[in-house]
Amino acid sequence: MPHLNFIYPNETELQWSILIVLYPFITGLVAGAFILASLERVFRVEAVKPTYRLALLTALSFLLVAPLPLQLHLGHPERSLEMYLTPHRSSAMAMFGFVYLWYLMVVLLLEIWLDYRRDIVLLARSSTGFLKVIYKVMTLGSDNISERSLHLDERVGYIITVIGIPSAFLLHGYVGFIFGSIKANPWWSSPLMPVVFIFSAMVSGIAAVMLLYMFLTRIRGHRVNIDCVDAIAKYLFYIFIIDFSLEMLDLIHRIYEADESFRSLDFMVHTSLWIPHVIIQILLGTLVPIGILGATQVLPLAPYVRKRMYAIAGCLTLVGIFAMRWNVVIGGQLFSKSLLGYTTYSLHFGSREGLGIAIFLTILPLGILFVLAKLLPPWQQNETTTTA
Amino acid sequence: MNMNRRFFITLTGAAAVAWKSVLAGAPEDSPNYKITDHWWAMLIDVDKCIGCGNCVRACSVENNVPEGFFRTWIERYQVDDQHMEDPLVDSPDGGMHGFPVRAPGTGLTGNGVKEFFVPKLCNHCADSPCTQVCPVGATFTTRDGVVLIDEKYCLGCRYCVQACPYGCRFIHPEKQVAQKCTLCYHRITKGLTTACCEACPTGSRQLADLKNPNDPIHEFMKKHSVQVLKPQMATGAKAYYANLDGSVR
Amino acid sequence: MNRFKDSEHLLRVVGVFLVGVTIFICFRAWFVPKSFGEFGHYRADSLAEVAALPIVHAGHETCEACHSDVLDVKKTGKHSGVNCEACHGPLARHAEDPAAVKPVLPDTSVLCARCHESNSAKPKWFPTVVTAEHSMGMPCNTCHTPHNPKIGGEKK
Repeated sequence: MPHLNFIYPNETELQWSILIVLYPFITGLVAGAFILASLERVFRVEAVKPTYRLALLTALSFLLVAPLPLQLHLGHPERSLEMYLTPHRSSAMAMFGFVYLWYLMVVLLLEIWLDYRRDIVLLARSSTGFLKVIYKVMTLGSDNISERSLHLDERVGYIITVIGIPSAFLLHGYVGFIFGSIKANPWWSSPLMPVVFIFSAMVSGIAAVMLLYMFLTRIRGHRVNIDCVDAIAKYLFYIFIIDFSLEMLDLIHRIYEADESFRSLDFMVHTSLWIPHVIIQILLGTLVPIGILGATQVLPLAPYVRKRMYAIAGCLTLVGIFAMRWNVVIGGQLFSKSLLGYTTYSLHFGSREGLGIAIFLTILPLGILFVLAKLLPPWQQNETTTTA
Repeated sequence: MNMNRRFFITLTGAAAVAWKSVLAGAPEDSPNYKITDHWWAMLIDVDKCIGCGNCVRACSVENNVPEGFFRTWIERYQVDDQHMEDPLVDSPDGGMHGFPVRAPGTGLTGNGVKEFFVPKLCNHCADSPCTQVCPVGATFTTRDGVVLIDEKYCLGCRYCVQACPYGCRFIHPEKQVAQKCTLCYHRITKGLTTACCEACPTGSRQLADLKNPNDPIHEFMKKHSVQVLKPQMATGAKAYYANLDGSVR
Repeated sequence: MNRFKDSEHLLRVVGVFLVGVTIFICFRAWFVPKSFGEFGHYRADSLAEVAALPIVHAGHETCEACHSDVLDVKKTGKHSGVNCEACHGPLARHAEDPAAVKPVLPDTSVLCARCHESNSAKPKWFPTVVTAEHSMGMPCNTCHTPHNPKIGGEKK
């Protein structure tokens, strides 16, 4: 039976590019890294303490880069302040600007400042030249590091972390809602979308901090704390199970109900989305890492074997979660809203929204983290608890 | 050619004066236009559309629509009794240059084959999902029921393009702002009809004013079955289609 | 006194925050366009901007003000419902300055086929021909008078 491929005439080019794939990936890492940090601070999981400050700095590095893909994508980035000046309250995107600002200012920066304040004051006293100026500014002019003031910092920091947990959920859940609330797009429209986004964010953030901790510790010539990564991997495993269950629920529900969009979406998954969705996201990015992590939970394996497996699982996880963002954003635009055809995404390297920029924006936060780690070393607490 | 009448009109400048009031600026300046007196809609009779593409061309010229993008377009459907859910649809260049004859062997061959044209445009939804998602208020519904875009305020975030179920929005390649059918707001606020309705040779497309008790749409809707596109989306679409087949997407 | 001494750094944070909010409020008062919010969450001035866009099609009533003789021919024929610019193209500039802007007469060998070329998708009530067989390449106005197309209808 001959069948033409029909798309509405205005649907030839995709609206949202790889930069809009990158954006939820980055904010996901932020939310996930923060949740890992909160495991220690609020839930008193002592084992992950070595990664506490690193997780916070990682979250900050990625959060600072997060607006960049958005700015590069806008037709008029010079007008982007309008979202803060005249936000349209019915628009999830507008409200997200405030959620982002709230999270950056009130939660992350404040928590980092309170945790580091003693070190900042000491560094302000001991350093010279330009560095001294930077530290002095960071102290906000206060030189007080008495017992009482530090105790106050601890209490306030605790409260902020408690507020921070739902804030982190809100940060990334909102991104999920930006997609999930679009009734025009059957691939996106779902109440599960914010929940899936949150859990996949946690998975990616935790995996990222774990990998960074292992990598940075090794290049600094120290031994990785095995109890720490064991604990992280355990939480990663459990949250991954939840994430996978949610995605399977969405899939099974779609297949069972088979509504008007199913035929078109099913065809898309079997053709243009086969490799990114089935092979990379589901197989390599979810089932394999879950299998590896599961193996480390049940089999008696030597520490160095476990570390290798965590590293492999972590890398595959990050690839898988990026693929998930790709499949949601790009996949949601490959099929026509007429449900009778498809278009293609042409990704160039050098254009304003191209692969080159995307790679740069992925590496940039690591550069920022490097600078932050030099300014505010996250290792001091770690040093004393490492087993030789 | 009636030389005397034309000469007379040009001499007295009546034509010039009449034209100037037609070209007057803001709707508030237009002598007779009161925004709250109107609630604009469009009536489209599918049985009358011949797929000539006049509307697409007229709109393109009237509104300076960039090439490759469409503020209105025509779709050709071929349906048979086996393909209600997946009809054969095409829209070569939006139907701007009409439709080629279907090559033999490329169409449906089942029982009950029928073909027809469906003109499409922005539905100027009363509960428009595109205005709901705009983060800054660059797209909005006027008090006379037209969904417009403020080109000086639009960021080009493309959220509205994603939110429209009908595919009627696009981003202007040079201006980098959202664009779509404005229901020829610059014309209807001066008593003219839209460019597409003006150019339609069969009267398939008719501008309608739901607040005008004398508008023919009221009688028409009483007597005919009328539908909107994708009614399950509950967008409050105001492009009403008469004789629309259930296979139309 | 002592208590404030140890929480003074927190008060500084609050201070920084308040300064930020103040700057934001001032910025907002300065930058938000004056007409914004007058009728709804949009810049009211944009209504006038859209309404002031140039008109390209004159509209048949404007044509008929001068060309009433053509209207008399058209209104009794099959093309009575076809507006002038549907065939003659957009002519607002001509209406604005008839002497200076002279419209080009459309070529019937291209124009008429747009509507009347036979196509299975066209509705059955609409008259179509296969132009290759019907007119063998001759322009349509060899036999038909476009304003009143019936052969033998009044001449233009």
